[in-house]
Amino acid sequence: MAEKSPQELLQIDYRPPRRDWMDPSIDFEARRGTWSYPAAPKNLEYLGFPNPREWSPTDEDWKLPDNWQEIIHQGLKDRLERFRSLKVFMDICVRCGACADKCHFFIGSGDPKNMPVLRAELLRSIYRRDFTTTGKILGRLAGGRELTAEVLKEWYYYFYQCTECRRCSVFCPYGIDTAEITMIARELLNLVGLNINWVMEPVANCDRTGNHLGIQPHTFKDNIEFLCDELADITGIKISPSINRKGAEVLFIVPSADYFADPGIFTFMGYLLLFEHIGLDYTLSAYASEGGNFGLFTSHETIKRLNYKMYAEAKRLGVRWILGGECGHMWRVVHQYMDTLNGPADFLEVPRSPVTGTVFENAASTKMTHICEFTADLIANGKLRLDPSRNDHRRVTFHDSCNPARAMGILEEPRHILRTVCNNFFEMPDNTIREQTFCCGGGAGLGNDENMEMRLRGGLPRANAVKFVHERHGVNLLTCICAIDRATLPPLVEYWVPGVEVSGVHELVGNALVMDGETRRTTDLRGEPLEGVADEPSPEAEEASHV
Amino acid sequence: MRAWSALAIVVVLLGVAWVASGTGGGQAVIGTVIPYLAVALFLAGMVARVIGWARSPVPFRITTTCGQQRSLPWIPSATLDNPHTGWGAVRRMVLEVLLFRSLFRNTRSELRPTERLVYESDKVLWVAALAFHWSFLVILLRHLRFFLEPIPRLVPLLETVDGFFQLTVPTLFLTDALIVAALLYLLGRRVLNVQLRYLSLAADYFPLFVLLTIATTGILMRYVTKVDLVGAKELAMGLVTFHPVVPQGIGTLFFVHLFFVSVLFAYFPFSKLVHMGGVFLSPTRNLANNNRARRHVSPWNPEVKVHTYEQWEEEFRDKLVAAGIPLDKE
Repeated sequence: MAEKSPQELLQIDYRPPRRDWMDPSIDFEARRGTWSYPAAPKNLEYLGFPNPREWSPTDEDWKLPDNWQEIIHQGLKDRLERFRSLKVFMDICVRCGACADKCHFFIGSGDPKNMPVLRAELLRSIYRRDFTTTGKILGRLAGGRELTAEVLKEWYYYFYQCTECRRCSVFCPYGIDTAEITMIARELLNLVGLNINWVMEPVANCDRTGNHLGIQPHTFKDNIEFLCDELADITGIKISPSINRKGAEVLFIVPSADYFADPGIFTFMGYLLLFEHIGLDYTLSAYASEGGNFGLFTSHETIKRLNYKMYAEAKRLGVRWILGGECGHMWRVVHQYMDTLNGPADFLEVPRSPVTGTVFENAASTKMTHICEFTADLIANGKLRLDPSRNDHRRVTFHDSCNPARAMGILEEPRHILRTVCNNFFEMPDNTIREQTFCCGGGAGLGNDENMEMRLRGGLPRANAVKFVHERHGVNLLTCICAIDRATLPPLVEYWVPGVEVSGVHELVGNALVMDGETRRTTDLRGEPLEGVADEPSPEAEEASHV
Repeated sequence: MRAWSALAIVVVLLGVAWVASGTGGGQAVIGTVIPYLAVALFLAGMVARVIGWARSPVPFRITTTCGQQRSLPWIPSATLDNPHTGWGAVRRMVLEVLLFRSLFRNTRSELRPTERLVYESDKVLWVAALAFHWSFLVILLRHLRFFLEPIPRLVPLLETVDGFFQLTVPTLFLTDALIVAALLYLLGRRVLNVQLRYLSLAADYFPLFVLLTIATTGILMRYVTKVDLVGAKELAMGLVTFHPVVPQGIGTLFFVHLFFVSVLFAYFPFSKLVHMGGVFLSPTRNLANNNRARRHVSPWNPEVKVHTYEQWEEEFRDKLVAAGIPLDKE
């Protein structure tokens, strides 16, 4: 945890420094707690990435290749030719400043280079000088500057201080998407060996074992069996999901944190109960055992490389369609990149709920449906037997995760589920939810411990809104549909809003589901006692509402 | 502050224009050669820009969704802020281009002493931006009076609406007042807001000063120092019919005005002002969010090394066998 107290962290100085922003100088030593450690050479070597070496941002010499400026220049040229978004976004910004105070990192740090406009200018100034007529002739007068080692160091600092949450692009009058700019900048940094370990290790793990955490197949099975044992203890029902089974109707893919760590595991238990409840014919895969894709935080090529396993495994197993769990950036990749990069998925069928018969036409091409779409449809058709009072010990709010909100628009599905499975649901203030939602502060590979101060600063707007509903409505559970959120929000709320826990939406579904033949539940999926269980007579299944 | 260098350049330009406009030779250059050069630069520059953008493909369909997606039939989707058809995207673009819909969302965040962050609606920038751009358009259209014969009906109609209040003689055009007020606001916030001042470039101040000069000289000619309008029209008609003439005695101010208009045109394609064209090509706004329903094809799709199932099974064979997970090759 950070050394500074919340009161200290709240002393935010929004006044810009006197020094011209074009003359960078970053003291990495003094800024510990706000940057991430470089990638270990073994990960880059495994992946075949350039310039693997031991180094630290606090070193004077970053051991760059001799021709690093040329590499970056060529890399930028190449990307300007491949991405219209980049070219247009480099040219049309008028620096109106509408984006400035929309960034959680700016709000939480006051650092002007966290204003999306200036973050983009870090790259744009180089673009102007190298690729525009006025920049070449007029230099600084036209906003151009030379690519020096100091500029590159600043890139490393600030492009690994953007969580690609895309909130700024909602407010930009031209829709300039800083995530696109950060992604390209990170690609350029990767070309000269400037990457962070919290991204590259998961990428290397995922390529090799099938998931970011490096969980091998036997451990994958053990973890799931352990969660099934827990479920048996709580509900009296023994579930045994199949792994790598050919001929199942559905391949179910989740972010690996959901079968690995608290609190994601409770969400996973919720999925399992749901599928048992409706008798879904599904299989898990130990090969495609990762929904997430840290390639998104690396390069477009890496996105494709990691995402390849989903369709490949669906084809090998001969399933009809794919169902995806609760994860934010996973769904950005599935929704916006997968079909283009690894499709067409012509060997699959358009997803159709075997329980309700609903055909998910919105996934007619990718053949992959979000679990919240699937569950909301089940609820709307009255196919689930639910007892929302089992969540009465929870006063719930919902954090829209950046990617499902701003890259898909999956806003109502999770809310519909939550309002059905629990009785106490409260929204955070309007400017902090839905498409205006604030990042957890640790997305895009920045959710590591060495970056904790910046995470807490960046997470301030989110935590502050949680604090508001905590104080006003007694909210004690922050729900979300993102595995990164489930990892990064717990320390965030512990720091800013003690007394609030974090969960996935399907954990609450699991709590509320009334299963055939279950024993009387005395605890929720976390093992915490249910409200009123001690003094009430047995709340039998008969009494449960059939929603 | 980078405003000073921009201001210095504009002052130098003003000096040059003023001196030149006082001489017959100078008037001839400003009245014939420079406008043609400026328009040629503008057209060629903008065409080159647009072609440059269009030559780079849109490899992925990356929209920014600002509302509910279209998924299940009983959930109403936000057809404007999250369009799922091409027509929906067109409607979104129309509102974006004509009404600056995204800017309308603008908020101002504030960390209160109570340790609470609040976000208040802040529409001033939106109002000023609309006032400037629409006034500029109306003023441009009003100027068709000088370039077309007979004068299209639209022009007197616009003048009637624009001069509705009939406050002064000659009638005050609202757009004249609005554009100056809007430009002063846009300049003022750049100078007074510390963050904006920190990030603003000379290239942000320069067009503001140029536009202010154009507006001021125009207003002076209409309301204060009269110029010879017949002569001005003769010059303008000469330009558009490619028979340039420079009548005597139009007035110095007119040539200063014309010179700065030329500067604006010439500068346009090489500056941030290209947002006029670029806004139409912004992928986050002009595409439909129907990614999962319809496959988007990229003209390039990188070949990448992948870890295939066969390699994976081989690598973890012992562990798969021990765990009883089915194998492809026994």
